[in-house]
Order: sequence, then structure tokens, then C-alpha cells
Amino acid sequence: MMWLSANESEALNLSLSVAARSLLLSLPLALGLAWLLTRKQFFGRTMLDAVVHLPLVLPPVVVGYILLLLFGARGPIGGWLERVFGIELIFTRNGAALATAVMSFPLMVRAMRISLENVDRGLEDAARTLGAGAFDRFASITFPLMLPGVLAGAITAFSAALGEFGAVITFVSNIPGETRTLPLALYTALQTPGGDSEAARLAILSCALGLAGLLLSEWFARRVRRMLGR
Amino acid sequence: MLSVSAKKRRGAFLLDAQFDLPTPGVVALFGRSGSGKTTLVNVIAGLLQADSGRVALDDRVLLDTASRLHVPPEKRRIGYVFQDARLFPHLRVEANLRYALKRAAVAPFVGMDRVVELLDLEALMGRRTHQLSGGERQRVAIGRALLSQPSLLLLDEPLASLDASRREEVLPYLESLRDQLAIPMVYVSHDFDEVLRLATYLVLMEAGKTIAQGNLSEMGLHPKVRAIIGADSVGAIVEGTVLGTDSSSALTRVQVGRGELKVQCGKAAPGTRLRVQLLARDLIVAIEPPRHLSVRNSLPGVITSVTDDVHDSDLIAIDIGGGILIMARVTKAATDELGLAAGKPVWTLVKTASLRPHVI
Repeated sequence: MMWLSANESEALNLSLSVAARSLLLSLPLALGLAWLLTRKQFFGRTMLDAVVHLPLVLPPVVVGYILLLLFGARGPIGGWLERVFGIELIFTRNGAALATAVMSFPLMVRAMRISLENVDRGLEDAARTLGAGAFDRFASITFPLMLPGVLAGAITAFSAALGEFGAVITFVSNIPGETRTLPLALYTALQTPGGDSEAARLAILSCALGLAGLLLSEWFARRVRRMLGR
Repeated sequence: MLSVSAKKRRGAFLLDAQFDLPTPGVVALFGRSGSGKTTLVNVIAGLLQADSGRVALDDRVLLDTASRLHVPPEKRRIGYVFQDARLFPHLRVEANLRYALKRAAVAPFVGMDRVVELLDLEALMGRRTHQLSGGERQRVAIGRALLSQPSLLLLDEPLASLDASRREEVLPYLESLRDQLAIPMVYVSHDFDEVLRLATYLVLMEAGKTIAQGNLSEMGLHPKVRAIIGADSVGAIVEGTVLGTDSSSALTRVQVGRGELKVQCGKAAPGTRLRVQLLARDLIVAIEPPRHLSVRNSLPGVITSVTDDVHDSDLIAIDIGGGILIMARVTKAATDELGLAAGKPVWTLVKTASLRPHVI
């Protein structure tokens, strides 16, 4: 984009790329977890629920620190991922995506749970009597009916992922072109003498992105509601 | 033959049901609300797990707790029309119908065209489900259940959420379904008029138990059935054969027992079987052959019993031949004055205008 400097458009592109990866990672997991928490009764359900929501109440720095311990080069999971799959998380955009995924995870699970709770189980029973097996029912009835919630959750989580700061900087540091996303670039600009105007432009950009995300999600929810006649 | 026996405890409520339905046929599960009709239907469909029991349709065993056999609902081939239709809101009418057809386990014997014609759905196909009226929703739901190619159709009060005129809009479709497709049906209702028009067999439920069952004409006289339908609706349901049409009056002559009834029934051909409800409150009893009356119908018979009824009156049971019993309500004063008692020959009078015949 012409009115952005090279640094700024790099930060914007990186933010979008990180948020997209984060979404790709968290969407299926959140769907599975929302299903588990809404539909299944099992030992430790309340505990699991609490752990999922932990990033909402923890300082992001703490989340970043825990990720560092678990997914760092010598951490139990990080070491294994590197040995077996050659995936490096620390100081990479994939690591940034993991950090933002963890932070926005509760938002997504919440949105999906609410939409799943609103799906009429009677419709699933009806599909059952018409010959639809378990996976068929989920794919043809449950998922389409919870789709508005899933998409609203995804858009919100994506917007939040664009702006994650604390967990990202703690886990993967602030490396230009690799982990310096919009908020990190904004922070850097503020720390740099004469970076005021760049900081202002980045702040405006962040506001615009966030606003667009929220409006998009609202527009979409309304459209679907009209389609379903609610 | 559909044979069902099931026990299921739910808190203080105990379902304890047993019935056999000759197939094809329409069995009405009849009883007050809360008597366990829906619970029983859910057990038949497999949506509810019975504590113990057995469900078999012809030679297919669907549930047998003794041998731990439980065919899941999606494999039972049982169509279910729910009281609240349960159309899929994200699909248009046509897609709702295709949903069932696509998942049918057997080669279709009821095709899309047939269902659309039978239930008159052509104009609705492109609509969204929330654009349908209550009656239209139920018609689509019935069509959808049929297209799953069911070997049994369960209808759980499909008309209960509709007002009287909407009900009248759907009932004829159910009748033609019964007449044109040989699918056995279980019809849940607490409305005796619906039962009268659709069912051949009635299972009476009370507090979770099936307390009586039999052909509709026998069951219409059951004291518990009478208690549910109320004194004004008490009466016998008699079946008869159309003899012909009276050319001067355009009334249809129907042979019932040893007598003959004239009913208003436009188009019935001779030989057609009709069902007529003779309400106890509409019948007049005479002890000699009546003359000089406007009443068109007089059935000779013999009193078989006299029992106490509501409002200082008696219920007189009369055998009109061919094993057919009818009921007339008369005041106790009339019983005394006419000397009505078991064994006495009488003539029963009824106005043609108060008879509502239904083709069986």
C-alpha cells in the first residue's frame, strides 16, 4: 500500500499472516473442545473449562512465559516438535501464531459453545430418524446451524490475534520481518526517537482493522439470522 | 404385525406399555396428555432407551433388551412426524425433502413426485421453512418422513399445534396417505375426532400404561375412553356398507346391522365401507315402530344393558344386529316410563343431520 512505509506494510502483512495461521490452528481445536464441553459429561470437565479460559484472566506475559517453558527449544513439547517434525517455534512467525492462538482461544470456544447450545437437539433427532448417522448429523445439521456463531467467533478471534502483544513478545521476541506484528511495530516506533508519526499511523491502522472485523462479524450474523428467519 | 412392549422409569413416571398392531393399519395411541404416549413413541423410534422391552416390525426385531439388541434410530427405517414439525431451518422445503430421500436405506417406493402430488407441495418447494403456515409445515414434515421410505410411520400429535381450520386442511392428506400407501402408522392423539377419521385400532393409555386396546368400534364404548372424550362425545362408532344413493333425496343409504341409515355422503359408491359415529346424546329410543316423524333413520334392536350416566340419565346399550352395539342417553324418568330394561326390543331414531360419516 502506497501510503504505508516498507516497515509498516511488513508489519501489517506479518500480522495478517500470523492471525491467519493462528486461526487455522485454533478453529478445529476450538470446535472439538466446544463440542466436548457442551455435549459430553466427563471427569475433569470443569477443570478443562477453567484451563481453556485461563488466558482471559492471566497477564499475557505469563502465557508467553509458560509457552516459552513448554515450547522452547529445550521445552518438553518444543524439543519434541523440532526433533520429530523439524518445526521451530521460538523466534518464528509460527510461534507468534501459537501465542495468539492460545490468547484468543477462549473467545472462540465461548462463541462456539453458545451457538452449539442454541442448536435444537430435536432437529438432530429428526435427522436421526431420517437415517443420518452421527458424523452426517453434525455435518448436515449441527454445523450449518452453529455456523453463524463459528464465523462470528472466528472473526473476533482473528481481530484479537492481530493485536496480541504481551504473549507474542515474551514467547518469540520482537524480530523485524518474522515476529514484529502491528502492535510490536507500534511499540518499537514509540521507543524510537522521531517515531511518533509512524506510531500514530500504525495505531490508526490497528483501529481500522479491528473496526472492520467487528462490523464484518455483525453484518454476517445479521445476514444469517435473516436467512433462518429469526 | 407391529408388536411393542416396553418398560421405562423416569423419576416417578413409569411407562409400561404393550400392544400389537396388525399391519398395515393405523393404530391410535389415545389418552390424556401426560399419559406417556410420546414417551412410548420415542421408545419405538429408538430416540429413548427403554429399561426393558421388545419392539418388532414383521420379522425385523428393532429392540430386544433381553438379547441386548438395540437398532439405532437411524437404522430403524421408522418415519417420525413430530408435533412441532422440526423442519431444518437452514434448508428450503425441497432440500428438506431431498434430505430424507438421499438417506433412504432402500430403493424408493414413494418417490418425490408421488409425495409432492399426495401432499400438494408443488407451490411450497422453493420456500424457506419460516415462510410456511403451521399446516404447511406439517405437510412438509409428513412428506419428509415418507421420503425416508419408512416401514412404519409415527405421528406424534401432528395436528395438536394447529387451530381447527388448519387441522381440517391437513386431515384429508393424512386420510389419503392411509388409503394409498400401505405403510403402518402409529397415530398419537388426544382428539377423538382425529382418531375416528384415521385409525382402525385404538390403544388406550393412562398414567404410562396401555390399559386397553381393540378395534375402534369396540373401544369407542370403553368407559375410560368415554371419560376422556366427555359426555357430549360419547357414542358408538358403527361400520356399514353403502347400499346406494336415494335418488329422490340424494342421501346415501348405509346398511348397519339389521337396519339402514341414511347419511349425507356425496360420492360413496355402493359397497364402500363407511364409519359413522352415533353420539349417545343424539339418539332417541322408541318402544314401538315410529310413524309420522321427520327422522329418516330408525334402527330396530334389543336393549342389552342400562347403566347410570351423568346428569340424572341412563346410558342404554342396544344391540342392532351383527354384533353391533350402540349407546343412547335418556333421562331416568324416560327409562322408568318406557320400562327400558335389558331384553326389551326398541327402535333407535337419529337425525341424518347429526351423522358424520367417514370413508374407511
